[in-house]
Amino acid sequence: MNAPASVRDVDAGLRAAGYLPGESTALVSFLASRLGKPVLVEGPAGVGKTELAKALARYLDRTLVRLQCYEGLDEAKALYEWNYRKQLLRIQAEAAGTGWDAVQDDIFGEEFLLPRPLMNAIASPEPVVLLIDEIDKTDQEFEAMLLELLSDFQISIPELGRIEARTHPVVLLTSNNSRELTEALKRRCLYLWLDYPSAEHELEIVRLHTPELPEAVAAKLVEVIALVRELDLKKPPSIAESIDWARALLLLGADEIDEDVFRSTMSIIVKHRTDLDVVSERVGVRLGLAARSS
Amino acid sequence: MTLPARIVDFGEALRAEGVAVGTSELLDAFAALGEVPWRERGPFREALAATLAKSPDDRRVFDLVFDRFFFRAVEEQAVRREVRESEGADGDGITGGEQIDLDNLREQAIQAIRDGDESAMRDLARLAIAAFGRRGEGSGVLGVDVQRIRRALDLRTDGPRQDGSEPLTREQIRRFEQQLRRELERGQIERTGKLPPARPLNELDRALPSGPLQDLAAVHRVVMQLKRRLATQGHETRGRRAKAHVDVRRTMRASLQTGGVPVELRYKPRRPRRPELYVLCDVSTSVTSASVFFLSVLHALHDSFRKMRSFVFVERISEVTDVFTRERNFKAVSEAIGRDAGVADVSGYTDYGRVWREFLQMVSDDLHPRATVIVLGDARTNGRDPRADVFAQVAARAGRTFWLNPEPQLYWNYGDSVVRAYAPFCELHECWTTKQLEDFVKALARPAHA
Repeated sequence: MNAPASVRDVDAGLRAAGYLPGESTALVSFLASRLGKPVLVEGPAGVGKTELAKALARYLDRTLVRLQCYEGLDEAKALYEWNYRKQLLRIQAEAAGTGWDAVQDDIFGEEFLLPRPLMNAIASPEPVVLLIDEIDKTDQEFEAMLLELLSDFQISIPELGRIEARTHPVVLLTSNNSRELTEALKRRCLYLWLDYPSAEHELEIVRLHTPELPEAVAAKLVEVIALVRELDLKKPPSIAESIDWARALLLLGADEIDEDVFRSTMSIIVKHRTDLDVVSERVGVRLGLAARSS
Repeated sequence: MTLPARIVDFGEALRAEGVAVGTSELLDAFAALGEVPWRERGPFREALAATLAKSPDDRRVFDLVFDRFFFRAVEEQAVRREVRESEGADGDGITGGEQIDLDNLREQAIQAIRDGDESAMRDLARLAIAAFGRRGEGSGVLGVDVQRIRRALDLRTDGPRQDGSEPLTREQIRRFEQQLRRELERGQIERTGKLPPARPLNELDRALPSGPLQDLAAVHRVVMQLKRRLATQGHETRGRRAKAHVDVRRTMRASLQTGGVPVELRYKPRRPRRPELYVLCDVSTSVTSASVFFLSVLHALHDSFRKMRSFVFVERISEVTDVFTRERNFKAVSEAIGRDAGVADVSGYTDYGRVWREFLQMVSDDLHPRATVIVLGDARTNGRDPRADVFAQVAARAGRTFWLNPEPQLYWNYGDSVVRAYAPFCELHECWTTKQLEDFVKALARPAHA
C-alpha cells in the first residue's frame, strides 16, 4: 500500500496512473490522504473530476467504491437496507414457541443487512477510495444524511447501533455546480476547483492519451479547442472531448486539421445543434482562411 | 506577528469581504499547512485556498484578498524595519541605467504579458515606472499613473499590432496593470513610510469575469431551482392523502415491525402537479440594460416549464409564447422579440394601466389559484395612471404574484416609479443579477402570505 510522503510523490504517482494533475490538484489530493478529509471537486463537466478519483485509486492501490447520485436517491440505495425477504423467511422458519426476543435478536443482525456503496466503503477491511459522483443531483436531505459519514466516518443504524469505519477511506465528492451545496457539507470538505486546463497542460494530456498522434496535429487540436471554447456555446468542449477527438483523428489517420477534417469530425467536440452552427461558421471559416493564405 | 496570528488575521480579512470562514475552516487551514512545504508560495496559497474558499466566487475573492493582504503584510514589515530596496537596485541591471529604450521596453512587456510570466512582468513594470518617473509625468494618483504608463507603452486590446501578431486580451492587460499598480503602491509606501488604509474590494473586481454565455448558463441553473420550488409549493395546505396509492414494498417493510401484519400503511409520494406560469416582461427603453437579462430569464423559464405563457409589453401587451416554443436559439429569440416589441410599442412609453387591462382580457378565463404570475419591470409609468385596482384583480385571480424590479431598491418610488402602488398585491423583489434571482428563488420556498 502506498502512503504519499509529499506533494511531489502524489504528483508523480498520479502521472504514473495516467492522470496529469495541476498544481492544486496534486496538493489537495495529498492533503486529503494526510488529513483524512473528504474533497469536494467542482468544475465544468468533463474536466476529469471522476477520472481523478479513478487515478487516485490506482495510485494508492485501493479499490474504488462509487456512488452515482441522482434525484430521489435515498438511504436504502446508498447506505444499507434490511433484507426483508430473508427476514420474513427467517420468521416463518422459526419453530413455534420460540420467544419474541430471540426472533428479534436474530432478524436484526448483520446477516440480514444488505450493504450499499457507502456502507461497503465504511466496512471494508482494506482502505478504499470512495467516489460520490454528482452530489449536486441529490436532494438536500440526502446531503444532510452524508454529514455523519463525512465528518466521523460512521453510520448509525437504529436497530444495530453505530458502525464505525474500520479503515479510513479517501472520499471525493464531485459536483457540476448545478445547485448550491449546503454550507454544512462544504464545511466538512476540502475544496478543489477544476477548470479547463492551460494550452500546454492540455497538450500534455492529449499526448499522454494518444501518444501516436503526431505532435503537430495534437498542438493544432489544442489550439482549435481553445478557439471553440471562447465562443458562446451551450456546452463548450471539455478535456474528455479533446481526447475523443484526438482518438478519432488518429483512427482516421489525419495528419493535418484543415477545414474539411474539422467539419467532418466536429460533432465529436460540439454536441448541440445550435452550437454546431456557431462553430462551423466561426472556426470552420477561420481554418479555411488560414489554409488559403498559407 | 506570528504566523498563526497572521492567518487568523487573514481569515478576518476574508470575512470582511463576505467569505464565510468559520473556526473549523481555520483549524483545517492550520492542519493543512502542517502537511505541506508552506514556505513555498504555491503550496501555501493552494493549501489555504482548499480549506478556506469553497466556491468559485469565494476563490476569486480569496485570490484578491490574498494578494492584497500579504502584500500589505510584507510592506508593513518593510516599513517597520526600514528596509528600502531602491538603494541596492538602482545601481545594478534592474533599472538598466538612464537610457531605457521605450520601444524595446514595449516589445519586452508585450512578450512577457503574452507569456503570462509573472516575474518578468513585475520587473518590466518596475522598469516602466522608473522610466516614466524620470520623465516627471507622475501624477501621484495610482489609477491615473497606471493608465498613463499603459498608454505610453501602447498596450491595447483592439486592432492588429504592427507585427501582425494577435492582439492582447483584456485579461492579460489587466494583469499587467495589476503589477504596475502594485509596484507603484510599493514605491509610494516606501516614500511616505506608512501604509494607506485598507480598502474593501470593489464590486467590479469581485465579480467573476463572465461573458453573456456564462450569464445565460447561470440563469438557466437558477431557473431549474425555481422550477423545483414552484412545483412543490402549496402542497402543504392541500389534502395529502386524498388520492394516495399504497406503496406495497414499503408497507411490507414496515409490517416487519409488527410481525408481518401490515398495520401501518405506507403511501407512494404524490407527483407534484405542474405549475402554470404567466410571465410579463417590460421591454421599454427605461429597462434596456436589464432586458437582456430578463429575456434570458424568460428563455430559461421556457426551457423548464411546459405550461407557460409569456408576454412582452411597452405601451401594449403582446404574447410571445410562440416565439419561444419555435426558437431554441437565444439570439434568434431576442431578434424575434425585438420585432414583436415593435408591435407593443407605439409611443415608447410604458402604460401599465393599459397593459393590465389587456392582460386581464386575454387571460382572465385561464387564470386560477394554481397559476403564478411573474412581472419583470421597473414600474415606471411615465406619469400615467398605474391602475393598481386592475392589477389587484389579476393578483386576486392568480395564486401567487411576484414582481421583479431591475432597479436598485434605492430608486424605487422616485420620479415616475410607482412600485408602492403595486406592492400590496404582490411580492416584490429587487432583481438585476443572477445572485438576486437566486435569492428570489430562495424566497419562494417561504410560504405565501395569503
